[in-house]
Amino acid sequence: MIEVCGLTVRSGGFRLAAADLGVPSGGYGVLMGRTGSGKTTLLEGICGLRPATAGAVRLDGIDITGAPLAARGIGYVPQDLALFPTMSVRDHLGFALRVRRVPRAEIATRVAALAESLEIAHLVERGVRDLSGGEARRVALGRALSFRPRLLLLDEPLAAVDEATRDRLCVLLRRIQREHGVTTLHVTHSRDEARRLADILYVIEHGVVTARPLASLAAAGDDA
Amino acid sequence: MRRAADDPAAGAEAPLPGALPPGRMERPFRAGPDWPFHAAFIAIGSVYVLLVVALLAADVLSTSPRHLLEALAKPEIRFAVRLTLVTCTIAALLSIVVGMPLAYLLSRHEFRGRRAVEAVLDIPVVLPPLVLGLSLLILFHLPVAGTTLESLAQRHLGMRVAYTPVAVVIAQFAVACAFAVHSLQVTFDRIDPRAEQVARTLGCRRDQAFCRVVLPQAWRGVVAAFTIAWARSLGEFGPILVFAGATRMRTEVLSTTVFLELSVGQLEAAVAVSLIMIAAAIVVLAIVRLLGGKVA
Repeated sequence: MIEVCGLTVRSGGFRLAAADLGVPSGGYGVLMGRTGSGKTTLLEGICGLRPATAGAVRLDGIDITGAPLAARGIGYVPQDLALFPTMSVRDHLGFALRVRRVPRAEIATRVAALAESLEIAHLVERGVRDLSGGEARRVALGRALSFRPRLLLLDEPLAAVDEATRDRLCVLLRRIQREHGVTTLHVTHSRDEARRLADILYVIEHGVVTARPLASLAAAGDDA
Repeated sequence: MRRAADDPAAGAEAPLPGALPPGRMERPFRAGPDWPFHAAFIAIGSVYVLLVVALLAADVLSTSPRHLLEALAKPEIRFAVRLTLVTCTIAALLSIVVGMPLAYLLSRHEFRGRRAVEAVLDIPVVLPPLVLGLSLLILFHLPVAGTTLESLAQRHLGMRVAYTPVAVVIAQFAVACAFAVHSLQVTFDRIDPRAEQVARTLGCRRDQAFCRVVLPQAWRGVVAAFTIAWARSLGEFGPILVFAGATRMRTEVLSTTVFLELSVGQLEAAVAVSLIMIAAAIVVLAIVRLLGGKVA
C-alpha cells in the first residue's frame, strides 16, 4: 500500500503542492494529467529522485520520505525507459539481483522466469539498442520488477508505441501486475489506458492531485 | 519576387505606404551567384591547411633515415625517449585519476562556486607555459610554517622534486589534467543521468551506479581523455625547462632534446627527434579520432 500525504516537491520552477493519494496493496492506481501537470515530478518525489520539502510518503505503513533511493524498494520505469546501453537484456533483468548479491544460480532462474512471463525469453542475449518500442518497454518493466519491489511506478509506459503494441502491453501490464501482486501507480494522459487498467483513479492538474470515481472515465473523449 | 497584390496587407482598403499599386510588378531582383563566397572562403581557409601540411613535409624532406637512426643511437636521446614515454604515461594516468571525479562532479551537479571552479580549470590552458613553470618552482620552495613542499617531499618521501624527473611529471600533469577534465566533462554530459537514477532505485549506491552504469558507457571517452593528456604531456616544454631543468641523462625529455640539439647547432638531430614526436602525435590523433573524440 502506498500513501502520499501532503507531498510537496519542487522541480526547477515547478512546485507540486501538498499532493495526497493512496493505492491499496496490490491495487492498480492510475494518475491522469496533461503534459506539464506535474505527473513526473510526483513520481520522482515518491521514488526519492527529488527531495520532498513537506509531507510524507508511506509504503506498507513505513515512512520512506527521507529514505535513500536504494532502500525504498520501488521499481521505477521512467518515460524514456533509460535502459543501460552497454548491457544485454539478461543483464537488465539480473541487475538489481546482482547488486543485492543474490546467488548466481538463483539469479539465472529468476531472470529466466521473468523473461518468460514478459514474453522476452528469445531476446535475453541481445543488446538493448535495437529493440523495438514494445520490447524495450518489456525490458524496462522486467528490470523494475526483478527485485520484487513493493511499489511499481510507471511513467507514461505506453506513450510513443503504436496502437497494436499498446493494446498488447495493456493486457501484459494487467496480467503481470496481478501475477506479481505489486502495488502499481501508472501515470498517463490517456483516458483509454485509465479505463482499461485503473482500480483507482487520480487526476493531476497544475500540480494539484484529486481523486476521481472510475465512473468519470465513461464520459466521452479519449484524452485527459 | 513577389507581387504586391499577393500580400494580404495590400488587400486592405488603404495601401501601405510605399506599396505598389495593384497589378504592378516589383522590378526583378538578381541575387547574384554564390561562387565568389565559396571561392574566397576556400582560398583563405586552405592557407592554414597548406601551412600545416607544408610544415610536416619540410621536416620529412630535411632529414633522412640515416639521420633518424643516428639520432636514435645517441644514448642521451635514447634516455630522453624512455623518460618521455614514462613521464607522459604517468602524467596522463594521474590526469585521469584526478580529472575523472572533477569532471563527473561538474557534469552532474549544480553547486555554488561551480563557475569559479570551471574558471580555475581554464587557467592552466591559457597561462603562458613559462609562467606556469615558474609558479611551480616558487610553490615548491615557498616557506610555509617553517618548511617548504620541497623539503617535506625530501623528508617524508625521500625524494627531491625540482630539477628531477618527478618535476617533469608534475609539470606535465599541471597542464594535461585540465585538458583531461574538459574532455571527460563532455563525455559525462553526453551520458543520460536518468540511467544512473534508475540504477539507484534498483538498489545501487552512487559509487555502484557510477561503476556499473556510467563507466561502461564512458570508457571510450576515458581512453580519449587519456590520449589527449598524453599528447599534451608530450608537447610540454616551458614548465619542464623551468621546473625540471634540461639536464642530459636526468630530466631531458624529447621536447627538451629538440631545444638542446638546436642550441648546439645540431639541426639534423633536432629534426629527427621532431619527426619522432610528430609520429607519436599522429598516432594519438588517430586513436582519439577512432574513439569519436576531439583533441581540443
